Amino acid sequence: MKLDSKIPGGPLETKWERHRFEMKLINPANKRKHRILVVGSGLAGASAAATLAELGYEVDCFCFQDSPRRAHSIAAQGGINAAKNYQNDGDSVWRLFYDTVKGGDFRSREANVYRLAEVSNNIIDQCAAMGVPFAREYGGTLANRSFGGAQVSRTFYARGQTGQQLLLGCYSALMRQVAAGKVRLHVRMEMLDLVVIDGTARGIVTRNLCDGKIESWAGDAVVLGTGGYVNVFFLSTNAMGCNVTAAWRAHRRGALFANPCYTQIHPTCIPQSGEFQSKLTLMSESLRNDGRVWVPAEAGDTRPPHRIPEEERDYFLERKYPSFGNLAPRDIASRSAKEACDAGKGVGPEVGGQRRGVYLDFADAIARLGREEIAGRYGNLFQMYERITGEDPYSVPMRIYPAPHYSMGGLWVDYNLMSNLPGLHVIGEANFSDHGANRLGASALMQGLADGYFVLPYTIGHFLATHRLEPVSTDHPEFRRIEAEVSERTRKLLAVEGTRSVDSFHMELGTLLWNQCGMSRTKEGLEEALTRIPAIREEFWENVRVPGEGEDFNQSLEKAGRVADFLEFAELMCLDALERNESCGGHFREEYQTEEGEALRDDEHFCHVAVWEFRGVGERPLRHVEELEFENVKLSIRSYK
Amino acid sequence: MGWVATFFRSSIGSKFLMALTGILLLFFVLGHMTGNLLIFQGAEALNAYAHWLHDHPKFLWTSRIVLLAIFVIHVTTAIRLKLENMAARPVSYVKGRTLKATLASRSMVFTGLLLLAYILFHLLHFTLGVVQKDATGPSGPGGEKDVYAMVVTSFGNPVYAAGYILAIALLWLHLWHGIASFFQTMGWSHPRWTPLFTFLGKALSLLIFLGYVSVPFSVLTGLLKLPAGGN
Amino acid sequence: MKLILHIWRQPGPKAPGRMERFDLDGISEHMSFLEMLDLLNEKLTAEGKEPIAFDSDCREGICGMCSLVINGVPHGPEKGTTVCQLHMRHFRDGQEIWIEPWRAKPFPIVKDLVVDRSSMDRVMAAGGYVSVNAGSAPDANSVLVGKDTAEQAFEAAACIGCGACVAACKNASGMLFVAAKVSHLGLLPQGREERMRRVRRMVEAMDQEGFGNCTNQYECEATCPKEIPVAFIARMNRDFLKAALFSS
Repeated sequence: MKLDSKIPGGPLETKWERHRFEMKLINPANKRKHRILVVGSGLAGASAAATLAELGYEVDCFCFQDSPRRAHSIAAQGGINAAKNYQNDGDSVWRLFYDTVKGGDFRSREANVYRLAEVSNNIIDQCAAMGVPFAREYGGTLANRSFGGAQVSRTFYARGQTGQQLLLGCYSALMRQVAAGKVRLHVRMEMLDLVVIDGTARGIVTRNLCDGKIESWAGDAVVLGTGGYVNVFFLSTNAMGCNVTAAWRAHRRGALFANPCYTQIHPTCIPQSGEFQSKLTLMSESLRNDGRVWVPAEAGDTRPPHRIPEEERDYFLERKYPSFGNLAPRDIASRSAKEACDAGKGVGPEVGGQRRGVYLDFADAIARLGREEIAGRYGNLFQMYERITGEDPYSVPMRIYPAPHYSMGGLWVDYNLMSNLPGLHVIGEANFSDHGANRLGASALMQGLADGYFVLPYTIGHFLATHRLEPVSTDHPEFRRIEAEVSERTRKLLAVEGTRSVDSFHMELGTLLWNQCGMSRTKEGLEEALTRIPAIREEFWENVRVPGEGEDFNQSLEKAGRVADFLEFAELMCLDALERNESCGGHFREEYQTEEGEALRDDEHFCHVAVWEFRGVGERPLRHVEELEFENVKLSIRSYK
Repeated sequence: MGWVATFFRSSIGSKFLMALTGILLLFFVLGHMTGNLLIFQGAEALNAYAHWLHDHPKFLWTSRIVLLAIFVIHVTTAIRLKLENMAARPVSYVKGRTLKATLASRSMVFTGLLLLAYILFHLLHFTLGVVQKDATGPSGPGGEKDVYAMVVTSFGNPVYAAGYILAIALLWLHLWHGIASFFQTMGWSHPRWTPLFTFLGKALSLLIFLGYVSVPFSVLTGLLKLPAGGN
Repeated sequence: MKLILHIWRQPGPKAPGRMERFDLDGISEHMSFLEMLDLLNEKLTAEGKEPIAFDSDCREGICGMCSLVINGVPHGPEKGTTVCQLHMRHFRDGQEIWIEPWRAKPFPIVKDLVVDRSSMDRVMAAGGYVSVNAGSAPDANSVLVGKDTAEQAFEAAACIGCGACVAACKNASGMLFVAAKVSHLGLLPQGREERMRRVRRMVEAMDQEGFGNCTNQYECEATCPKEIPVAFIARMNRDFLKAALFSS
């Protein structure tokens, strides 16, 4: 298969500008003749839906939550990057571009990342104009902070709730278009399949979560802004409802999936406290600015932290990375914590036979700066920690452990954010293109909004202007056929009537993946996972119990459908990890490391995007390759020593 | 003028209506109290005030009609709002709980309706004089009332005095919430001033209670009595 | 620990509902309240019964999806906490707990503890935005916003749209929610142009949805998981008066 990324020619700095000129336009009066289906209402989906409607298109927007305002973008804490250089510290579009490519361990597309850095400034302007209450200086200008190890202050923020405030901005723009009659909103409506007619994505099939009704929706283009897939691990920082279903269903209908093994594990999360736990909570990475990470030097030391004398502690990040210390990047900090716990030095309660936690200690910072100063910087985070754990971090060191947080992989898209299926566009976390093998802090919000506000609205017009689309309605036999398939699948899930709950399968899958395809991976582990996943899947379809009925509000059924897709997707994730014989960013293969235990990239053989084609459940998918060309940056080794 | 009706039918407009009529009624309550307190200056002062009112029928009746209108608006709006509020929660909680709302705020409609009932009685009693005819009938030479004597005689009866005190206590409760609430409804909220307004509102409601109750209290304790040799 | 739970069961929007008793054992004090319900649901599923429907998504206190009234208090006994962040260590072994859905006419019940809050979306659609199309914004620093103003706007914008204020209000009024939005945008210079129109339209939409009226009892403020102060309601009253009396 030929993968055409459609990256425009010419110098990097002018590619996007030239491309915008070269793209065909649609007459304003004709825009209302096109209906666009936007699935998902997070930063990417809501901003795209609102902007397309502003341009004049007719839009349908779908979300499985009870309101578009609840999409999981809302939980992002830290901030959003932009190359404004308001702080006069030498930032530029080029620097943001370079940092992002390097941070992604040279596994992303130069042209996409450059465009992202370019439009980052427009995003801040747009959000401020919409009333996002960004942090300000006394003089009234915007405040910035440095974030995620960047050497410049380019992160805009609204306390620790930047994602919420940005999403409320998109949501308000979306509701304005709902009021104007340009967007039809469908809440508690889950996309369960994609309808492809004559090779072009022409619609979706949904299930109304309130009454179970299966419905079809036809349009001239389909946009997926359906988020990431790290809930495949069962325990992650994602919301309970986050799932891979929309992306996976599209994949099954022919859309290619890129780099599924790239997942980000965030180092500062609150550790699991028991087997019953339903999700993990992230705390802002900024905690590492003042907290010191340590474990007992001796394995099996169960003394309470204050009884362990200084010389019997191992401040492992400071020891291993003297120059970055506790501020080492996410993937490195996470892996070091796992190593310490695997060596039996973990702290906190034993869960599943292991203590999974390391201390994040503020005692020195409190002694140096005073309790008040620490409270000023981290008061709300300390409060959140205490609320969840019942421990006071001012007097007892915090316990942290890494948790799955973000997926860099996703459906393959070209420069126009369109998948290999004409008409199917994928934006935000659901696509793969901008973060490479590791995402930098405060970049996810930037990408979601860039796609939705400033990229897709242009490129989708080009698609519509250059493709002759026959009018299609939901009466088309293909819609009937897929509706029937979706109904049949629902019926099958209910008909198993086995003995195990959906969650128990999800948990089993999650534990397996966490161990074999989590922070560090081995050939043997991945091969083992690849034999066990089909077995779990088989048992699922023979022994799952989904109570209730299909034509009703049925949360077990919702979950069952999502877990069924995770059980198929997980195999692809492990296979991708197995085939990528190198370590890069969030993908760490133990076989490929330097003598100091750092990730060892293999640019000669793996400087490419792995793009997978579905060939049937249990069938080996086809691996295609999109070579990554670096014309503007020099591939180097990431070093944080 | 359609906008006026629209405004006052809206939820916030209705609040304004309650607050405005409420504050006007508060002025009446204060005026009435000032009149009452003249009793401590002696019978002449009080009677002179009563006769002055009586001699200015235009003023008296205009006031009465305006007062009645305000009163009717206050009461009917309150009832309308209460019905709307009840409709807004068709199924109530099996296990209800209150965190912050005061007894006064929760019982506004009840204290209000009880006050309404008492006011009707009060009018029958003192203004129309049909309840306690012997004490409140005409007594002066020109057929005018000796208000001082009427008050002292009426409150000399502990039952009437107790009823009056109870009603004033209800008024206190009503104003305890009502006055502070006025500022919130009017939008006069400020971190520095609101606590002060709230405090003053509550203090004023207490003063009103004390002011009104001082009369029956003084009669019952013998501080106020009929002049020797009077009827 | 062990608990006696009384939970509202209602099969559908039109069906009658009732409280049902469940005795649940094996609860850890580290569980969140919702994980306790997950445990109950696992047990019910194993027994072949239908699990209890309840809403939750982010489970970290920001999406506003979870919506349970626990012993008469929306989001339960912990101040400034959503129910997903409420942990079982705040309950006693053997305690009886009553769990009910948000109760208000604009929040019809979908099933059991799940309610339909689209009325809040409709109020937002009436004016909870700044009318600025993508691409038409000036440089972000060209409009200055004082630090205090930004902080105050943020305080209002922190609303997670959960509806606890409505559930807690003795009159099922939506004033705190609407006031938070009206104030957030009204405070900022970017939202000033539409300030009068916004407040008028949002209040009108709120009234149409059948929310009750505010009687200044401040139960909303006491239960709001983001502790949004009622001073914003006063602010909205003021804006509304100005809009109704003076704006065209």
